[in-house]
Amino acid sequence: MKLDAKIPEGPIAEKWSNYRSNVKLVAPNNKRRIEVIVIGSGLAGGAAAATLGELGYSVKCFCFQDSPRRAHSIAAQGGINAAKNYQNDGDSAYRLFYDTVKGGDYRSREANVYRLAQVSTNIIDQCVAQGVPFAREYGGLLANRSFGGVQVSRTFYARGQTGQQLLLGAYSALSRQIAAGKVKMYNRHEMLELVMIDGKTRGIIARNLITGEIERHGAHAVVLASGGYGNVFYLSTNAMGSNVTANMKAYRKGAFFANPCYTQIHPTCIPVSGHYQSKLTLMSESLRNDGRVWVPKSKNDLSKNPNQIPEEDRDYYLERIYPAFGNLVPRDVASRAAKYMCDKGMGVGKTGLAVYLDFSSAIERYGKAAANTQNIDNPSKKEIEKLGKEVIESKYGNLFEMYQRITDENPYDTPMKIYPAVHYTMGGLWVDYELGTTVPGLYATGECNFSDHGANRLGASALMQGLADGYFVLPVTIGSYLAGEIRTPQTDTNHPAFVEAEKSVKDNINKLLNIKGDKSVDDFHRELGLIMWNKCGMSRNAQGLQEAIKEIQALRKEFWNNVYVPGTADEFNPELEKAGRVADFLDLGELMCRDALNRNESAGGHFREEYRTPEGEAQRDDENYTYVAAWEYAGEGKEPILNKEELTFNDIELKTRSYK
Amino acid sequence: MKLTLKIWRQRNSNDKGKLETYPVDGITTDMSFLEMIDVLNQQLIKDKKDPVAFDHDCREGICGMCSMVINGRPHGPWEGTTTCQLHMRAFKDGDTVVIEPWRAASFPVIKDLVVDRTSFDKIIQAGGYISVNTGNAVDANSLPIDKTNAEDAFDAAACIGCGACVAACPNSSGMLFLGAKVSHLALLPQGEPEREKRVLNMMKTHDDEGFGGCTNTGACEAECPKGISLTNIARLNREYMRAAIGSEEEVR
Amino acid sequence: MSWVVNFFSSSVGKKVIMSLTGLFLCLFLAVHMSGNFLLLQDDGGLAFNEYTKFMTTFPLVKVVSYITYAFIIFHIVDGIMLALNNRKARPVKYAVSKPSNSWQSRNMALLGIVIFFFLVVHLKSFWFELKFGHVPMDANQNKDLYSIVYEAFSQWWYVALYLVSLIALGLHLSHGFQSAFQSLGLNHSKYTPFIKGFGLLFSIVIPLGFAIQPIFVFLKATGRI
Repeated sequence: MKLDAKIPEGPIAEKWSNYRSNVKLVAPNNKRRIEVIVIGSGLAGGAAAATLGELGYSVKCFCFQDSPRRAHSIAAQGGINAAKNYQNDGDSAYRLFYDTVKGGDYRSREANVYRLAQVSTNIIDQCVAQGVPFAREYGGLLANRSFGGVQVSRTFYARGQTGQQLLLGAYSALSRQIAAGKVKMYNRHEMLELVMIDGKTRGIIARNLITGEIERHGAHAVVLASGGYGNVFYLSTNAMGSNVTANMKAYRKGAFFANPCYTQIHPTCIPVSGHYQSKLTLMSESLRNDGRVWVPKSKNDLSKNPNQIPEEDRDYYLERIYPAFGNLVPRDVASRAAKYMCDKGMGVGKTGLAVYLDFSSAIERYGKAAANTQNIDNPSKKEIEKLGKEVIESKYGNLFEMYQRITDENPYDTPMKIYPAVHYTMGGLWVDYELGTTVPGLYATGECNFSDHGANRLGASALMQGLADGYFVLPVTIGSYLAGEIRTPQTDTNHPAFVEAEKSVKDNINKLLNIKGDKSVDDFHRELGLIMWNKCGMSRNAQGLQEAIKEIQALRKEFWNNVYVPGTADEFNPELEKAGRVADFLDLGELMCRDALNRNESAGGHFREEYRTPEGEAQRDDENYTYVAAWEYAGEGKEPILNKEELTFNDIELKTRSYK
Repeated sequence: MKLTLKIWRQRNSNDKGKLETYPVDGITTDMSFLEMIDVLNQQLIKDKKDPVAFDHDCREGICGMCSMVINGRPHGPWEGTTTCQLHMRAFKDGDTVVIEPWRAASFPVIKDLVVDRTSFDKIIQAGGYISVNTGNAVDANSLPIDKTNAEDAFDAAACIGCGACVAACPNSSGMLFLGAKVSHLALLPQGEPEREKRVLNMMKTHDDEGFGGCTNTGACEAECPKGISLTNIARLNREYMRAAIGSEEEVR
Repeated sequence: MSWVVNFFSSSVGKKVIMSLTGLFLCLFLAVHMSGNFLLLQDDGGLAFNEYTKFMTTFPLVKVVSYITYAFIIFHIVDGIMLALNNRKARPVKYAVSKPSNSWQSRNMALLGIVIFFFLVVHLKSFWFELKFGHVPMDANQNKDLYSIVYEAFSQWWYVALYLVSLIALGLHLSHGFQSAFQSLGLNHSKYTPFIKGFGLLFSIVIPLGFAIQPIFVFLKATGRI
């Protein structure tokens, strides 16, 4: 199938305004009759549902959590980028566009990224108007910080909980539309099937998670905003409930899944401490502004108290290998370097899977500066340390506290132990410029689409993309489809397509409940996660991926024969919910491995051991792989079909990313 | 370490429910409290019994989903900590741990430790927003905001909506939650146009949803995992009186 | 006028009644306690009886006393409504409860009930006697309430009842005083610490002042001083 990205004509800076001026509109009297379903209530879904409601559409919004306010966007710590240039440091939409495309290792679509950079400024205006309490300077104007190795300060933030504050903004807008009767909210509901009639999206089948009731919901269009699929690795920084089910249902109905192998591994997370571990906790990237990453030079020192290892016996490997960026290299580079050191046997901690993140230099530096400003002559070592710790506490106090709560170690005195963990997934459903999937009437926004981040996402860009899609892009672009639907009557949910979809959902649930095997859902999930982490994780190779595909297939077979799901279908049953999600993760895992195997290059979050420079760095193959790999479902048990969207770069020159 | 758990089991909202006792073994101090429950549930599943239902999602202390009263304290013995961030270091070998759901008429039990908190959503829907349609906003820096006010607004906005305040309050009052939201918006100039209407409507919904009244016991503040201060309730009272007595807005 | 009803029946409105009536009653307590120190004067009760006459006949004081009765009733009725409403908000109790707040803050209603029963006994012994009972006249031809008080306070159990009730009053005040300001929204980082400190002092001084009076009379009547 030929993929048409529907990129508007004209110079890149004018594409979006041209598009908006020419897109078809739906008259207000028609909007009232048009129903749109939104799956997910995070930044993308919440913002989209609220804005569609404001525009006058009849919206139904679904989330599996007990309130739309709890979507996992809430957990984002660091900030949100916007090309406001409030700091007068030369920022512009073009620079943000350039940084994002470069950071994504030249595997994203230029036109989409440029639009993202353009609307980024509107997001900040909108959020401030909603009452989002961004950090401010004493003069009362907004504060910025720098983030993720770019050369300007364009990140807006709200202490360490930017995600929560932005989500509460979207949630409040959504709540307003719920109160106005324009959005009907379905909490504790999970979408379990997409319903198509005559080749068009016409609704969904959802399960009420409290009563277990299977419900039919009709609509003129469906918008997926169901987030990322990092939980395919079992352990990730995602929420426990984050899942790929909505995406996989859409995939099986004909939506292409693009670049599933692009996974972002975040370098600074608290290491795994045991088998029972259920999730990994992120320590904000901002810590790398002041922390120095190191491992001992000698294996004899691995179990030593790190404070007793003298300076000359420490290997500050990021500073050694990447002198230009040092500890501030992008996430993918920092993560891979940590893995490399641990694989070499230089990892520290109980499991040998950790590196030190050390603040003692920063404490000393800040301490001396503070002593200086306080006019203390010849401060003692103790005084310097005390003053320095105070500065560190004011900057990272809550993170240090969280670290201590989880690990029972005091990071002011002993270096933190950190290790990379799965954090974000750049891949997702393939969408065109209008955020439409390959299924008519089905849209994908936020992390669940293959997005604007290419092969690697820069820090503080996920919030930007979710809100850009939800507030400013989708509500406009969906009009071009809905303008053609104004004569379509309300969907009849007694249509055979709904009957059949409902039956398949019920059959699937009954199947899961009736296997009555010996292993729990978590057992399978954990095994899948291990295969994925070892063979499709931070670095991959052809042999491992081929093995992984076989192992996942075997695991899937075992799952469908030996899983035990307690309880019944008509009650609140979290194990049943998990079972359905893990079944979809098993299918996704295989697809990810296939994609990783197909991509014979290293790009961003996808690192193939066979494709690296003599120095061991990632090596792209622009000649053969400058395309989006969009996978098409071919039927049960059949290999998926690869479709390619060639990426053309007219406004940016392809270069090798170097941080040395 | 070994523990004896006494957990509230209730099949659904119509069931009466009771505390049941479960011994657990092999608990390590590095585990989080919810991971300890995971261990119990895996054991129950292996024994083909019904696992304990509990709400949880982000497991990093921000989504506000987890909600357990542990030995008589919402979110357990550590201050400023959600249940998911409570670690088993807080307990000793041989301890008995009693785990109950949030108790409030406005938070009916769905199953076991899971309660329905849509009453909080309804309070927000009654006015916890600023009416600004997408695209209507002026430039973000056109409205400087006093840093102290911005910080106070942030402190109030840090509420994660978990409901520990209601669970801790002897009256099951939702005033800290309500006060935090009203304060957040009342402290910002953007909130000014709807200031009176907002507090009147939100208060009405709070009362209609079956939350009790505040008697200033301070239990909410003490148990709040995000340190939301009682000053927000004082501000709420002030805002309500100002709106009810001093404004032209209708008091419903 | 429905807004007035709606305001006072909202949970904040009820608190406003509670705090305004409570603060007024605090003022009453202070005046009542100061005046009653005349009991300690060694003149056979002449000054005290003079004061009693003034307090029961001076028109302005009479008006204030009727307001006081009304406020006591408001305070009680409102308290009962609050307590019932708040009980309804938690139909199922916790099996284990480890409160982090003060005992008195949780038991204001209980303390109120103790104080109410004290009030009944107190009014029966003195106010009712003065109004409707047979009270002898003193040397100045004033009703000799002093002699009735003297007689009552010379019984140990009566004094004990007073002391127990005053402890309840102290606890009630220790939460109630500062709580009233919080309910009225009078919270300020500069003044609240002062209000809290003053409230604590008030909740000690008032019951202490009241306690000195029966103890003094008891000791005197039993010949100990």
